Amino acid sequence: MPDRARNPQLNANGELTHLLSIDGLPPDVITHILNTASSFLEVSDREVKKVPLLRGKSVFNVFFENSTRTRTTFEIAAKRLSADVINLDVARSSTAKGETLLDTVDNLVAMHADMFVVRHAASGAPYLIAEHLRRVGRDDVHVVNAGDGRHAHPTQGLLDMYTIRHYKKDFTHLKVAVVGDILHSRVARSDIHALTTLGTGEVRVVGPKTLLPALVEKMGVSVHHDLREGIEGCDVIIMLRLQNERMNGALLPSASEYFRSYGLTPETLSAAKPDAIVMHPGPMNRGVEIDSEVADGPQAVILPQVTFGIAVRMAVMSILAGN
Amino acid sequence: MPANNLQIANGRLIDPGHGVDSNVDLFIAGGRVAGIGAAPGGFSPDRVIDASGLIVCPGLVDLSTRLSGIEPELAAAVAGGVTALACPPDTNPPLDEPGLVERLVWRSKTLGLSHVYPIGALTQQLAGRKLAEMNKLTQAGCIAFSHAKHPIIDTQVLFRAMQYAATSGYAIHLHAQDHHLALDGVAHDGEVASRLGLTGIPVCAETVAIAVALQLARATGARLHLARLSSAAGIALVRDARRGGLAVTCDVGIHHLHLSEMDIGYFDSHARFNPPLRSGGDRDALRAAAADGLAAICSDHTPVDEDGKQLPFGEAVPGATGLELLLPLTLKWAEETGLPLSSALARITCDPAAILGIAAGSLAVGSTADVCIFDRTAPWLVKPETLRSEGKNTPYLGYEMAGRVTHTLLGGRLVFER
Repeated sequence: MPDRARNPQLNANGELTHLLSIDGLPPDVITHILNTASSFLEVSDREVKKVPLLRGKSVFNVFFENSTRTRTTFEIAAKRLSADVINLDVARSSTAKGETLLDTVDNLVAMHADMFVVRHAASGAPYLIAEHLRRVGRDDVHVVNAGDGRHAHPTQGLLDMYTIRHYKKDFTHLKVAVVGDILHSRVARSDIHALTTLGTGEVRVVGPKTLLPALVEKMGVSVHHDLREGIEGCDVIIMLRLQNERMNGALLPSASEYFRSYGLTPETLSAAKPDAIVMHPGPMNRGVEIDSEVADGPQAVILPQVTFGIAVRMAVMSILAGN
Repeated sequence: MPANNLQIANGRLIDPGHGVDSNVDLFIAGGRVAGIGAAPGGFSPDRVIDASGLIVCPGLVDLSTRLSGIEPELAAAVAGGVTALACPPDTNPPLDEPGLVERLVWRSKTLGLSHVYPIGALTQQLAGRKLAEMNKLTQAGCIAFSHAKHPIIDTQVLFRAMQYAATSGYAIHLHAQDHHLALDGVAHDGEVASRLGLTGIPVCAETVAIAVALQLARATGARLHLARLSSAAGIALVRDARRGGLAVTCDVGIHHLHLSEMDIGYFDSHARFNPPLRSGGDRDALRAAAADGLAAICSDHTPVDEDGKQLPFGEAVPGATGLELLLPLTLKWAEETGLPLSSALARITCDPAAILGIAAGSLAVGSTADVCIFDRTAPWLVKPETLRSEGKNTPYLGYEMAGRVTHTLLGGRLVFER
């Protein structure tokens, strides 16, 4: 049988050359990223919010799928590292003219890109790019996955881990519930892999059968279909965004029925530990997956997640660039 | 030049359809098998092929070969020992007009490399709405009808197509995959697709379609062949139907005998197949079905150019090159399962010939001398340069294979020699 064991995001020495997925990252690599992020957090509080670690380097934000928010956080992170940042809205330019993904990559490499931050609607697209760079002998160009299809959003997973560690310190005794549309969520997959890699006590997924992937339990999670039962005794609740197009159709009858069953309200939240934190990757659908009273309440850490996200992305880029 | 008298000497002759497996010479005259073991009276060979250490068997018969470019693919066929192959109707344009079928037959005859048996389109344009002219297509050379991998969404159309085919006793080959259940799916709906965030094709997409096809075969009396089964549950349905007396046949793709969803690894688009590579348990059931003779083995040869594979997994074109891997991968499977060589070769010679209803896959005296001679252990590396097919797409690229064709004869004529 063909051997497919090589992890394309690590080099021969086990060091990170691309960040493609949390799946397959050793725990010490994750911890190193989180520790590095800690050191960057104070940079954002300085009057001059810059460090020269990526001076002279070009970071290309290549977004084949639109996302102003994620692109902006990467842009801020790269600029705080003193990199030159080029934003390419590929969704509207090259590919619309029929250029293939790898043609676009070759062109950008020829423009002396040092790092690609890639978002793509197809699961696995950043792997294709990383493999292509290896084949053409440009391993020195790094790829950061900023979200590929349903597969992975590793920097979101890392910033979620940073947030959990910030509030809860140790992972081993924690109970964490991931709630909502697991099937279509790259955030859910990255969170689950990060949590299990870091030895989290218990990881649960909560949702209707139509929104859970086949054999999801093989990812090391327990499966719940009842929200109250699923978050009972939890230290951390990660709510997922429900995309508009999933709300009415063969997966769910309506947004309001979804809210009734899986929307997090103060009443259902009381089933979790009193000091449980509530997270959400944003943007939120208030009144669909989360009640405003919870989103704006004392247990929500949704805005700190955003702040930590910048530091985590700075850490990832700086480590990839060899610092 | 007419075929000469040929003696294939010192080889191990295996003719699975006739229970022959012994070290005897094969004598060929007038393009046909003239003698086994002993030369017919007055035979004097124009040429003797020394097959010492080699295996001599009927030319391989393939249930589905896509011919992108006819010449290179037929050259690949004979290099892989394949002397008869069925061409599915999803050519461009599809095989739904007698003229197109006649042209394909004529072109392949002119090349004289491998016999090509067209499978006609069940419906016009493979659109699943209007029946194709099955009688005219049969006259033009079609030996069966199918919808290739295109869906027939309207069950009424499928029912009528099978009824119409049954009127004249035409065989129907179906890819059993429910269109709606498989919609947008790119991989087996299991552990790997869930982990990689790939849209899944559930096993029930196959079993639902098999159940429909079996019921329609019972209702219409059509001769049904289920092509490229992928799941244990699908195999079980066919097994039950046969136990119940239905004369349904089936086959499995050669890559599916060896690979599973795990071989997708990190989004390797060479492991994208339709139907998808399923779980290890499914693969084991396919291997068992091939071992006990329920299923024949098919190359499912699908040349895809590099541009079609250098795409994100879900956007890549499914399929693999198979003609030149059919024999070595069958030998590998036989060795791994401890199956006698003769039984293994039956799955790629006399069994598919019987399914297609063609005179092939036999080395009995009087049979057309379509012969494959191979070295069972000869190692070779799967590389773009070692494949004659224009399709270089296989998960086995870079891997070593054991078993290589040394000679291929078509009607007693040497059409390939390594």
